[in-house]
Amino acid sequence: MLKTSRPIVALSILLALGGLQAAAQDWIRTGTNRGAPIRLAVPDFKPSTGDPQTAPLNAVFNLTLWNDLDNSGVFEMVSKSFYPLQIPGAPGELKLDAWGTPPPDAAMLAFGNLGVANGKLTVLGWLFDAKNASTPQILGKQYSEDATPDNARLIAHRFADEIIFRLGGGIPGIAETKIYFISSRSGHKEVWGMDYDGAGQKQISHLNSIALSPRVSPDNSRVAFSAVTRDSWQIMMYSVDLGRLVSFPFLGGDNFSPAWSSDGTKFSFSSTMREGDPEIYMTDASGNGVKRLTTHKGTDSSPVFNPRTNGQIAWVSGRTGLPQIYIMDADGSNVQQITDQGYAVSPSWSPNGMLLAFAWFRKYGPGAPGAQDIYIMDIASRQFVQLTHGAGRNDFPSWSPDGRHLVFQSNRAGTEQIWSMLADGTHQQQITRDGKNSMPNWGFK
Amino acid sequence: MNYRKQTWRFVLITLLLAMAVAGCKKKVEPPPPPPPPPAKAATATISVSPSSIQPGQSATLTWSTENAKTVTVQGVTVAASGTQTVSPTQSTDYQVAAQGDPGTPEATNTARLTVTAPPPPPPPPPPPHQPSDDEIFSQGVHDIHFDYDKYDVRADDQASLTQTAQTISQHPNWVVLIEGNCDERGSTEYNIGLGGNRSTSARDFLVKAGVNPNQLKTHSNGKEKPVCNEGNEDCWQRNRNDHFSLQH
Repeated sequence: MLKTSRPIVALSILLALGGLQAAAQDWIRTGTNRGAPIRLAVPDFKPSTGDPQTAPLNAVFNLTLWNDLDNSGVFEMVSKSFYPLQIPGAPGELKLDAWGTPPPDAAMLAFGNLGVANGKLTVLGWLFDAKNASTPQILGKQYSEDATPDNARLIAHRFADEIIFRLGGGIPGIAETKIYFISSRSGHKEVWGMDYDGAGQKQISHLNSIALSPRVSPDNSRVAFSAVTRDSWQIMMYSVDLGRLVSFPFLGGDNFSPAWSSDGTKFSFSSTMREGDPEIYMTDASGNGVKRLTTHKGTDSSPVFNPRTNGQIAWVSGRTGLPQIYIMDADGSNVQQITDQGYAVSPSWSPNGMLLAFAWFRKYGPGAPGAQDIYIMDIASRQFVQLTHGAGRNDFPSWSPDGRHLVFQSNRAGTEQIWSMLADGTHQQQITRDGKNSMPNWGFK
Repeated sequence: MNYRKQTWRFVLITLLLAMAVAGCKKKVEPPPPPPPPPAKAATATISVSPSSIQPGQSATLTWSTENAKTVTVQGVTVAASGTQTVSPTQSTDYQVAAQGDPGTPEATNTARLTVTAPPPPPPPPPPPHQPSDDEIFSQGVHDIHFDYDKYDVRADDQASLTQTAQTISQHPNWVVLIEGNCDERGSTEYNIGLGGNRSTSARDFLVKAGVNPNQLKTHSNGKEKPVCNEGNEDCWQRNRNDHFSLQH
């Protein structure tokens, strides 16, 4: 049923997929077939005031903006060594042809200035088309916030997302998004949150037991997770707005691996509330109206809604032995087995509804070669692409809201840490380092 | 009577006179006085046997001296040598003192009799042993183990589980927690389910063997509470278990 495919073949098939044109084209831009990434030059922003805070905040801003644009997968960043000596801080200082011709030969140019005055950080930023001498300006933005390093990063994220939105097929960037994850650095496994690039890590739950499987709601207002409480696994609900846990029904048995529908109205999880066998259940967003979706003996866990339709659920079932990925309609009917070999777990459904990312030990068993790697599969064709290659044990992929990135856990660096990559498997980078960190879940825009 | 007195007086005087006449006749040098015998110092020893007693017991003092004119033990004059039975309640130093010729030093000697505390009374004989619930539990209830990714009770654990069922059934006041555990290789979420299946398997077995279901609680630890942290099959096998504990 499954055919092993070379990544390029699979991505060609992804290109051919109809329907979601923008997403599909974007796929190719971010994929291994980088035919024409946009050459983008981003000279450091110029200081606009003599305030002592200006220089350090400008350094934070420039680094963050560069990384956001580089991480996006949309651009080929023009090396700074090719830049003209005169760096523009405003359109009046710009000699466009020095940027649009070799050596930089940039297609696009982002530039501007930054200064602190009276405790306020003000950033002026522009995006110019370096090849269009007559009407080069694409963007002109002004930002003003209290002068802190966090705000310097925030403004850089916002400006980067504006650029990515304009040049990346109309898909909002992810520089302002958050990632939730589990960290044991406090001594217990707790839910933590951070910016998408690993900055600003902060502890969210303080249960001093074991917390697992954070899943943020589509409006980013709540984080559901499971934790040991009163001798069983229960779904816990954290309000991001209130900064504390809010009530969720206490259900019998063990309840774990929660999931939101993309419209925020439905909720799914695995539960042993009846008969002691873990099955997939669905409720409304407040945990009421319990409905059972699976009935097979063996563990059923890790449901995830098709975010495009909310009419399907992918999940993991051990009904035939080692765990495999399955898909069913949201009423429990029309069950299809997606993987039929090895050990396949942790599905994550792409925002456009066409792809499943999951962790797969394809040749599983004593002495079998390979490791647990991250794969993506085109659901319609069942073609799959392997994104990580035998570097440690990789698990819990989670799609970014723009569908261009995946975050996942890997122990390739010695301990479990959070890594991110472009959805074609390139640009893999470690984004946590303190303690052990696992089970990342990418928030929404 | 008078006559007799006078007669004796006459005889006496006569004798005295005779002696005086004689004395006057023979005038001889008196011999030098003999040298006095050398003054002898006394010696004394005392011993006590046994040297250690408990209150109520007695010991014998034995002393001996030489050249002693006077001998005392504890200030009481005694014979030059002898024995005496004593029964003090506290440790005591017994001293013998012996004085020889005048001018010689007094000899003393001391023996110590130690009186020790009485030994503690022998412990009362232990009551016949009543094993505690924990002891009965640890003897009659044993963890069971599972094959990789499996949750059915293995054949080699069925005898053990049957004994567990009997033990629990004999103690209807017990509540027993069954915790299912998994090794590190499986995925975190799936292992919560697998551990749950493992604890449920044991519970179902026990209920089928007659245990009151209300005496049993199940919980899954997934792979969150390994008993062993090495990456090898021996360790993984130990971590794939149902752990039983008596709830207090």
